[in-house]
Amino acid sequence: MILPQNRVAWASVSPALGWTLAFFVLPFAAMAAISFYPQDGSGPSLLSYAQFFNSPSYYYALFNSLEVTGLVTVISILLAYPFALILADVVPERWQRLALTLAVLPFWTSYVVRSYSWLLVLSENGLVNATMVKFGILSAPIQLANTRGATIIGFVHFFVMLLTLTIYANLKQLSPNYRKAAADLGAGPIRSFIHVVLPLTLPGIMVGAFLTFVLAIGDYITPQILGGNNELLMPQLIMMQIGRRGDFSSASALSIILMLVVTVAYLFCARWLKIERT
Amino acid sequence: MKTKSLLSSISGVSFAAMLMFSALPITPVSAADLNALVWCDHSDPNLLKPFEDANGIKVNVKEFEGTGAGLALVDQSKPGDWDVMVIDSIDIHRGVEKKLFEPLPEDKLPMADLFPEVKMDSSTVIDGMRYGITEKFGYNTIGFNKTKVDPADMNSFAALTSDKYKGRIAIYDYYLPVIGMAAMSIGKKTSELTEADLPAIKEVLAKMKANAKAVTDVASSQTALATGEADILVGGGEWVTAGIAKDKPELDFSIPKEGAVLWSQSLAMFKDSANKEMALKFIQYVMSPEGQARLATSSCYWGMPSNTKAALNDDQKKILRFAEQPDFLKRAQAYPAPNEALDKKMQDLWTEMIQAK
Repeated sequence: MILPQNRVAWASVSPALGWTLAFFVLPFAAMAAISFYPQDGSGPSLLSYAQFFNSPSYYYALFNSLEVTGLVTVISILLAYPFALILADVVPERWQRLALTLAVLPFWTSYVVRSYSWLLVLSENGLVNATMVKFGILSAPIQLANTRGATIIGFVHFFVMLLTLTIYANLKQLSPNYRKAAADLGAGPIRSFIHVVLPLTLPGIMVGAFLTFVLAIGDYITPQILGGNNELLMPQLIMMQIGRRGDFSSASALSIILMLVVTVAYLFCARWLKIERT
Repeated sequence: MKTKSLLSSISGVSFAAMLMFSALPITPVSAADLNALVWCDHSDPNLLKPFEDANGIKVNVKEFEGTGAGLALVDQSKPGDWDVMVIDSIDIHRGVEKKLFEPLPEDKLPMADLFPEVKMDSSTVIDGMRYGITEKFGYNTIGFNKTKVDPADMNSFAALTSDKYKGRIAIYDYYLPVIGMAAMSIGKKTSELTEADLPAIKEVLAKMKANAKAVTDVASSQTALATGEADILVGGGEWVTAGIAKDKPELDFSIPKEGAVLWSQSLAMFKDSANKEMALKFIQYVMSPEGQARLATSSCYWGMPSNTKAALNDDQKKILRFAEQPDFLKRAQAYPAPNEALDKKMQDLWTEMIQAK
């Protein structure tokens, strides 16, 4: 017998559960099933997974993805934290909303347009090279576009904004009494920051870092446009399986592997943030 | 009881959601319209509008890249959703094997006006029936900036693997034509490639990659040449230089002494089309002199019309090097058309090339 209040609760969550079941669980199950049926028609097997583990050019794609995503996450945190701290502590209250709006302006432009803009800025005849050559920093243009560095720049430009928002929100929730108490106990600003503010804003950092990791590791557009395909990341390898050959088994197996990596990242962050308690 | 209620609730909502979304078409299709699966050159209003106006019909286009992606769209659609499809000529057999295509009536198409070399009967005619007609073609060869490189060097594929142009090359990211070019550079015929040829081809690709700045898709290939990021495009041709010739007259392409890889795209009609009469009319329009000129000079990319009577003006013919086609075609070789197993190995070879440090 379901109690009336439980019926209301189930009725409330049913749309979300139904949505998740219809548009996540079922497609995921279909994808998992397809991954066990190689395109050569040889019947159910682990061939599509074996291909990944047996081919260096395939598993290097995962290494490349992890390296790029890790660097993007770390650089974005290092840039976003001071930015968020200045916004929260230094910028007068009445200017903070405007400053935040300006900070998230990059979100308002199309992802593709933003990436192509970076390609033009970083190209040999682009703004960066032209400026450095003009001021004598470089004698000739260097290759900036079509490199891993360009991919990282494109990602960081986007994700610094995301991390700024999560860290800023965390900083604003922090009561000023913590810092006052630390000061009363003799801690200087640096010690107070390291031992009080930073640990208390770790949830904001980790939420932003997790979102950055998940969004960056699954992104196809930025590495495709800015990386020049000089190395393959996992999303590019997945797309390659589908383009001409329509090899959905290999693409599904690679997607499952990528999803497992994201799951590990989630478990790591969930434990750190103790999300299960909230 | 709780479990039963829960499952009932979940399945009810889930079913309702699925029902709601299954009722939504994945593409804007209508039986009264013509629904076409196309490459980007067919989305140009300059091509479609005259046909729409003349027939009082709307042509709904859905763009795709790569035969695999196109056939996947068909798999996800209901029979009859699509009327016509643009497809790599060498891949027509894949649609025929899936029983998707309708034979085309040769007597109602301008077969006699086509360049003989691009009819490609070995790919477009299966069991004596024509399932596709080549509408546009061109070459995967060497595209270059003639003010930045010595045009004489572009008459041999050897330039692509020598140190002279190291760091000034981009490679078009499509394994079949570039593997074809690599094969031709070592004296292999693209139509006779086997697995045994792959190690030698791999060496050529490795040298090309070592010289390359980037491995670029269609849009990035144009950007690379146009912005000066690269001076040479391996796999480039009129499809990348002709469309921007007015703004970038310094861009050109060569057909080297080893030849070039001939690309060609075909039109096919779906067997389950609910509008076969209009589908045939559309194919006839695209193959007409006017349709051919508009397709050849589409805003997405230019290419040679397969109809020799295409109504191109003198400037357009000059840019496409129309007069030189007989010589180009004589020296060109067909796209490699590997079987499933060799295709997979070629794609893996390409993956290894890209990942090489």
